[in-house]
Amino acid sequence: MNGISRRGFFKVVAGGSALALAPKKSAFGMAEFDGYPESMGVLVDLTRCIGCRTCEAACNREHGLPEPDLPFNDLSVFDQTFHGGTQKRRTDDGAFTVVNRYDTKTAGGPVYRKIQCNHCKEPACLTSCFVSAYKKTKEGAVIYNPDVCVGCRMCMVACPFGIPAYSYDSALHPEVIKCNFCYDNRLKHGKPPACVEACPQEALTFGHRNTLVKTAHERIRANPEKYVDHVYGETEVGGTSWMYLSGVPFDQLGFNTSLQHHPILDNTKSFLGIVPMVLGIWPAMFMGFHLLATGGKKEEENKKSQHRGEVHEE
Amino acid sequence: MNRLMEKGFRPIDSLNDPDNGHRWSLSQKLLLGLSPRDYFRQVLRNPFNWVLFLIFAIGLPLIVYRYANGLGSVMHGSCDYPWGLFLGFGLFCMVPLSASGFLLGTAVELFGQKKFKPILNLALLNGLLGYFFAVVNLLVDLGCPWRLYYPMFVSWGTAAVLFLVGWHVATYLSVQIMEVSEAFFEWIGWPTAKKFIHAGTIGLTVAGIILSTLHQGALGTLLTYAPAKVHPLWYSQEFLWIFYLCSSVFAGLCMVIAVSTIVEKTMAWRCSRDFLDHLGSITIGLAKGATMALVTYFVIKLIGIAHDNEWSYLTTGWGSWFMLEIFLGVVLPIILFSVAIRKNSVGLVRFTAFLTIVGLIMNRLNTALISFNWNLYPEIPHPYELMITITIFTMFIAVYRFILYRLPILYSWKAAPEKVLVASPVKNRAPVFIEDSAEGAWARPSGRP
Repeated sequence: MNGISRRGFFKVVAGGSALALAPKKSAFGMAEFDGYPESMGVLVDLTRCIGCRTCEAACNREHGLPEPDLPFNDLSVFDQTFHGGTQKRRTDDGAFTVVNRYDTKTAGGPVYRKIQCNHCKEPACLTSCFVSAYKKTKEGAVIYNPDVCVGCRMCMVACPFGIPAYSYDSALHPEVIKCNFCYDNRLKHGKPPACVEACPQEALTFGHRNTLVKTAHERIRANPEKYVDHVYGETEVGGTSWMYLSGVPFDQLGFNTSLQHHPILDNTKSFLGIVPMVLGIWPAMFMGFHLLATGGKKEEENKKSQHRGEVHEE
Repeated sequence: MNRLMEKGFRPIDSLNDPDNGHRWSLSQKLLLGLSPRDYFRQVLRNPFNWVLFLIFAIGLPLIVYRYANGLGSVMHGSCDYPWGLFLGFGLFCMVPLSASGFLLGTAVELFGQKKFKPILNLALLNGLLGYFFAVVNLLVDLGCPWRLYYPMFVSWGTAAVLFLVGWHVATYLSVQIMEVSEAFFEWIGWPTAKKFIHAGTIGLTVAGIILSTLHQGALGTLLTYAPAKVHPLWYSQEFLWIFYLCSSVFAGLCMVIAVSTIVEKTMAWRCSRDFLDHLGSITIGLAKGATMALVTYFVIKLIGIAHDNEWSYLTTGWGSWFMLEIFLGVVLPIILFSVAIRKNSVGLVRFTAFLTIVGLIMNRLNTALISFNWNLYPEIPHPYELMITITIFTMFIAVYRFILYRLPILYSWKAAPEKVLVASPVKNRAPVFIEDSAEGAWARPSGRP
């Protein structure tokens, strides 16, 4: 092997190992993360919700969001459908949370379902963000920092619940918009979020997540005929801070019931594990191939050495 | 151009004016040795340029409009479909089609396959421009494009696959700039810089393989963040990265075949004899490589379906669409390439290369856009979005052609030309000469100063 290609080889190895550190460290460091023990959460009991939209109004007020086209006491919004009747209302750049009505066959009347960020234990938005714009606080909130966001919208692709929205109409300050668990004004100080406080039906229960899981199972045990025997969010995508109890099967209420029960981050781990191996093995392997194929000499160098030889003879 | 060539015009291909031994000036080089008047005449005469002008006339104002009014003004601004054509086509399709640089670099520089040397520079340029315009697409698509460097210098999201893609595309772009800069330094006349880059060829090539393996695969892995959104037939948690890597191999090779076909048909005047003479056998050689990759891809796709037990999906409508993609983009190309190689038919190889590219584009759009949200609702891209995507691709073509016309990509640069000067029938300042190409343009005179 000549000096030039050896130098090239070491350059690659040095650069490679520097890059290898990055994904390896955090991807595997998080492997055993079980969630913050003091994490708070909310249990949404859909059997108690009457679709009054008070929570929507409280959220709008709390965050100073733009006034909606129809007032919050207008219940005709429940009849709105989108995209050829296939979709109900969703969170967007003007709403962190929305309530939808589902006319199911099994329940006595319509069932209402509130949606907002579920504040996953290991959020896909956070783990897919290449500038670390998201943070999972020890109180359980998943918060977003618009100051570093590049606007790639990977988090929106990754969110299994389809929650983050984007202010597409802003040319200079577009940002991701989603529920932040009222982190700054309330959660940080131990207070429940605005929607929970406003709910007149106690459909939303605020508390430690660990306690809420027990509460949820307690309610199911106490009223087995009233509830479906499942706490949505207890294990979905590794567990969420917001969880749901329902009287009708979850798939009838627009919940995605085919979600994996381990964090989305796990899906990328097998690939991220290959990264340091490729960085470590490829340089030597391909240099080896190179030596085998060419004897380490390029055509021009062969000529050069011949040429030099001639000069020497003269 | 052909008309000028008939009149005896020869484009600049050496450092010095063979007439008087003076160096060509930069402006002379830019005008290919034509007088400004002749140059612009031939620009206007070419109907293809008018098509380009038309597309730019519509598309460029739309891009300005997008920056003035935000992304929502040119896209549907959908929260269910955060990514559109800019990424679906501009990133997911352009990147595999640009794998040519590392593939041919490996073949020629590492494995010493000198046979492919005449097309190496074209493959490297194809790679560089493909990645560059993928980044241009990104600049349109990102909400805050002025923060493009954030993942490098401001805030690190090290656990994210996109972080890997970002870093690798950025470093690989630099590697490719260095690889292509050899031709640039030759053209501009900085031999020391050229030598310096040339000394690192092997290092750059190995870096290219590493970075390509990882980011081609990482692009596929990006979609494993959306297991519930991508249709199971296109989704594979374990194998998506290797599907993407393997398909980038035949995509890159077919792209070189396609581009060299266009080059031969439209700018033969710029190609060296050596390039044109060997293109046929090179094309067949590339087709052999592409066929191997296609067969491998077909096998691992079958394994993918078997692994996740997705056979039942094949009988659905999505299954038909999936099988059409596999048939048009994989099975049919395997058959056609095999026939073409057997019959030594360059024409059929070229047709098949275009077909394979279509199949590849289908695959990437299917995974990233069409089968995405398959259980929600379909979304047709906004007309402006389509127009901007076409405009950026047109820019790609225009820049591609601009460079091919000038840099020694399709021909070799003559350091010390030995030319027989003849008459100058056209009224331009470039002298006209007949080149003595007996030695073959690609056998570089290495012993000379």
